[in-house]
Amino acid sequence: MRGDPGSMTLLRPRSVEEALGLYAANPGAVPLAGGTDFMVAWNAGEANGRTILDLSRLGAWKRIAVTATGVRVGSLVTHRELQRHPLVRRRLPLLAQACGTIGGHQIQARGTLGGNIANASPAGDTFPPLAVYEARVRLRSAGESRTLPFLEVFTGVKKTALADGELIDSIEIDFPRRPTRESFRKVGTRAASAIAKTVAAGLLWLSSDGRIREVRFALGSMAPTVRRLHSVESLLAGKRPTSRLVEQAADLLENDVSPIDDLRSTRAYRLEVSRNLLRAFLSSGLTR
Amino acid sequence: MASVGTSFRRKEGPEKLTGEARYIDDCTLEGALHGVTLRSKVARGILREIRFDPAFDWSSVVVATAADIPGENAVLLIEKDQPLLASRELNHLEEPILILGHSNRAKAYEALEHIEVVCDEEEPVLTMEEALANGAVFKRFEIVKGDLDTGFRDADVIVEEEYRVPHQEQAYIETNGVAAWEEEDGTLVVTGSMQCPYYVHKAMLGLFPRAPEKIRVIQTTTGGGFGGKEEYPNLIAGHAAVLSLKAKRPVKIVYDRAEDMRATTKRHPARIRHRTGVKKDGTLVAQDIDVLMDGGAYVTLSPVVLSRGILHATGPYECPNVRVVGQVVKTNTPPNGAFRGFGAPQTLFAAEMHVEKIAARLGLDALAVRRKNLFREGSVTATGQVLKESVGAQEVLDRAVALSRYLPRKKECERWNRRKSAPSWRGVGLAAVFHGAGFTGSGEVYLQSRATVSLLPNGDIEVEAASTEIGQGTTSILASIVADALEVPYDWIRVSTPDTARVPNSGPTVASRTCMIVGGLLKRSADELRRALEREGVDWPPKPSSLKRAARKLCANGRPFGFVQEYERPREIRWDDRTYRGDAYGVYGYAAMVVELEIDKITYEVTVKDVVTAQDVGRAINPLLVEGQIVGGTAQGLGYALLENVIFDKGVMANANFTNYVIPTTLDTPPMRVEIVEMPYSLGPFGAKGVGELPMDVPAPAVAAAIHQATGLFLTELPLLPERISKALHDRAHRQS
Amino acid sequence: MIELTVNRKKRRYRGPSFKRLLDVLREDFELTGTKEGCGEGECGACTVLLDGEPVNSCLVPVAQAEGSRVETVESLGASSRLSPLQQSFLEEGGAQCGICTPGMLMTAWAYVRGGGPADPESVRTALAGNLCRCTGYQHIVAAVVETAKREKRKRARAR
Repeated sequence: MRGDPGSMTLLRPRSVEEALGLYAANPGAVPLAGGTDFMVAWNAGEANGRTILDLSRLGAWKRIAVTATGVRVGSLVTHRELQRHPLVRRRLPLLAQACGTIGGHQIQARGTLGGNIANASPAGDTFPPLAVYEARVRLRSAGESRTLPFLEVFTGVKKTALADGELIDSIEIDFPRRPTRESFRKVGTRAASAIAKTVAAGLLWLSSDGRIREVRFALGSMAPTVRRLHSVESLLAGKRPTSRLVEQAADLLENDVSPIDDLRSTRAYRLEVSRNLLRAFLSSGLTR
Repeated sequence: MASVGTSFRRKEGPEKLTGEARYIDDCTLEGALHGVTLRSKVARGILREIRFDPAFDWSSVVVATAADIPGENAVLLIEKDQPLLASRELNHLEEPILILGHSNRAKAYEALEHIEVVCDEEEPVLTMEEALANGAVFKRFEIVKGDLDTGFRDADVIVEEEYRVPHQEQAYIETNGVAAWEEEDGTLVVTGSMQCPYYVHKAMLGLFPRAPEKIRVIQTTTGGGFGGKEEYPNLIAGHAAVLSLKAKRPVKIVYDRAEDMRATTKRHPARIRHRTGVKKDGTLVAQDIDVLMDGGAYVTLSPVVLSRGILHATGPYECPNVRVVGQVVKTNTPPNGAFRGFGAPQTLFAAEMHVEKIAARLGLDALAVRRKNLFREGSVTATGQVLKESVGAQEVLDRAVALSRYLPRKKECERWNRRKSAPSWRGVGLAAVFHGAGFTGSGEVYLQSRATVSLLPNGDIEVEAASTEIGQGTTSILASIVADALEVPYDWIRVSTPDTARVPNSGPTVASRTCMIVGGLLKRSADELRRALEREGVDWPPKPSSLKRAARKLCANGRPFGFVQEYERPREIRWDDRTYRGDAYGVYGYAAMVVELEIDKITYEVTVKDVVTAQDVGRAINPLLVEGQIVGGTAQGLGYALLENVIFDKGVMANANFTNYVIPTTLDTPPMRVEIVEMPYSLGPFGAKGVGELPMDVPAPAVAAAIHQATGLFLTELPLLPERISKALHDRAHRQS
Repeated sequence: MIELTVNRKKRRYRGPSFKRLLDVLREDFELTGTKEGCGEGECGACTVLLDGEPVNSCLVPVAQAEGSRVETVESLGASSRLSPLQQSFLEEGGAQCGICTPGMLMTAWAYVRGGGPADPESVRTALAGNLCRCTGYQHIVAAVVETAKREKRKRARAR
């Protein structure tokens, strides 16, 4: 353990306004939510001497509010809380499922949705569900606030579009119209407490004539950031899901992602499995 | 009530369950420095200069280098080629160069960042094949039986294959940690997480010469070893000691996980080639086996790992003509070392998969091929050893096959796999292994192990042995053996902490020898103690009051009244180190396992659904502990088979953390059905043989065989990752089109 | 100064507020039962209950535990008087080397106390964030299932 507690400066605001003010005054500070990502690096001695902006006292960001169209999830809501929330489980089941696959229970109890997004790992388990649910992320700084579509938050591996002094306030998710089919699947390095090799979420709506009205499919761990398969979605829209079309879609998948070989898996495997996941999603149980 | 055969509660269980047990990092030492290690950043080179940043405040830092070693700068194991601290040659990444200490741990690590090591980098040798081509061979062995040419001429079919197994990290949940200090009377005390206090004692004598009584090594509660704390503690203990002597203060060194994974020993990777001649009916007539292992940069225990590897390379089968050639080579990687199984899991994976391959070639079931050749009483091994007794091979195979319903389950899996719409492939796999208990050949004689049973002044009975409790149940089973030898209750027996000031050298806690060898010594000591007490007029079985009375009389000057026994090689065991022929081990354990698994057709992930195993341990001193060893060892074997992938990059482990080096969780480990088979060994205490390593040998080939049945893929390299299954399926489809 | 409740006692910590909860427990409060195994939040050896939930204390700066209820293995029992869960572990062989045991017990205790179902699959899922290298988990699962059954019977009687 190489972290040096004595070297750290800890800022502990009691309100959102105070937090934003302190952050504006200390742009080099590291915002800290549940700590499940940052503390790993800190334990390795990689963050000694930094100033930490501890967000854990900001109760305003710990609530899940029901809106007219869905929910607004405060950025400090934990994955455990999300997973247990009855409305999230019923109307946003892919997100609830994803919250249950992140690390072990101990991690789920501490890790927050906002912290996870701000950390911007390419392998974030909740990101494909948030991508297909087309979440919106509300950002706040001392002077302003703005809302970004979920996918626009990520700009690269562990890089976000957050400007200096900006923190994540909340994540707004509208409940989708009930889909004909929905699916979440994470393929990890082992059965539990694992990092995703690839992670997929899909929503599909069929018209009464059996054509695909709309399909949304997202993959994580397949590119520097989570990706919606726009080429595939365009190809499928309005068409009947035949096995030939499914194969075409599987072939097109490669256009929308750029998987790599790394310590956990290979490019070839990731592509193969992602194609299989897409095929399975499109092929089975398409009628309600 | 007899203790042997009863699942008594673990003696040290309560402290472990309440947090009262003290592991090395739980111990606070007054005035101690935290020691940290500066390690080589090149895989091979010549050290020129160590530069300390003049801008850094070194006033509170103590530094120890090779120059501070009063004795010989060598970590004694078999050879003396490994320096405690590098002084000129750098032979692997992470090689220790100096130790520094600070009273604040973070500051100690910070100081490391302010030291520059200047060296001339050289081209490292990073593969076994390159090392072999250069002749960098630490050791070569050859086992010959019969005549290979005759055998191959006699064969109907010849089957060849090459198998590869990687490093494996022990991944004990408690990392390596040791503390050292010098007492006022000049005694150097070393305490910490370890398996072999006397190995450490011997190594410290060479580094810090003084009278043997002036070095005291005490094992603390140890959070797992699995071999990873067999020899490695010699190194970390030397580090703590050299810094402590320099600083004249206690020093504690505790590794964090990344350092432990990168720098300490791992299972030897191996390449094993089989060329086998068989008759059409599956009878083995010729086995030509080549074993190549990667020892890393220093010899450490590689010759012994290689030895055990080749002695198990044929599998538990009789064959009239055998040649096994084994070599272990030097590469510029961190030295490899002991890990449960110690060479046998590697060669038995190959041997068992080769049976699978032979069966496929001949169109026979692998079970039938095994039955044709499996050891039985009277079989002759590759070294010419006649298996005279306690040969449970047939029994464990029969039990595992029956309990798992192997043949009907195989058929059911075949039916399932014929369904194109099935979401998975299913397979059942079988493996059978043997594992020699105790040290190889003349090893036990060389060790001259001793163990004592004493009557203490207060009337208690104490076991004094150097055998360490590392989770496997040493304390409890030695107590059970002595309790029954004396016909007294289990609770009456105390087991001393392994402290070299208190216990004799019983040899290391390795090689599945603790119960059989040390337990055997203790049983004889107990018998002697009993005879002596009976001669003193104590009625047997004794009451506590009569023992107290006897102690008052016999424990003169408050000293224990005890009897020590020293190992004597049984006359029946004959071994020739030069020709590598004879009785390689006193006795063998046997195990068979049936694994049933499922492979997801979308993700190629393997889920093990059922494990059934039968294991012959001679006699289960404590059945619950035996079952615990079997289930735990099997979990490690499943990890070896499916999950644990040590990725080396430029000569060091690249995935040195639990995030990326993946060991099984509760959800990766299926429930297991364990059947203990007892074929007593006449020379083992109450018939007991060894237990600890046998379970490690059998899971990997059983899993690979099951994958073979499920998919038709014959995979020859561990781990059997989904990526490899996916690629193999893809390559096969490509070949077929 | 940071105040928190540890094993039902109010404790005060005076030191760098970024010190990890794990180290505050082990060093400042001398509760060495909780262990460090990895520093990454993977092994669970450092598990304590924070306001009733199992968390990896190696990832919690003590400042974030201010005002919280912390429970460590020391709260379960002493070797002279083991809790039913600990007794079950002892009888079933749930501890071998013991280093994962404190963390395992805390996760298991939260599960049993929370009325978790007494079936092996649910128990395995609950314990998936606690690594054990010695036991292969079988005896641990048996111990927790047994304790969960007993807890259910106790609750049923109490109604």
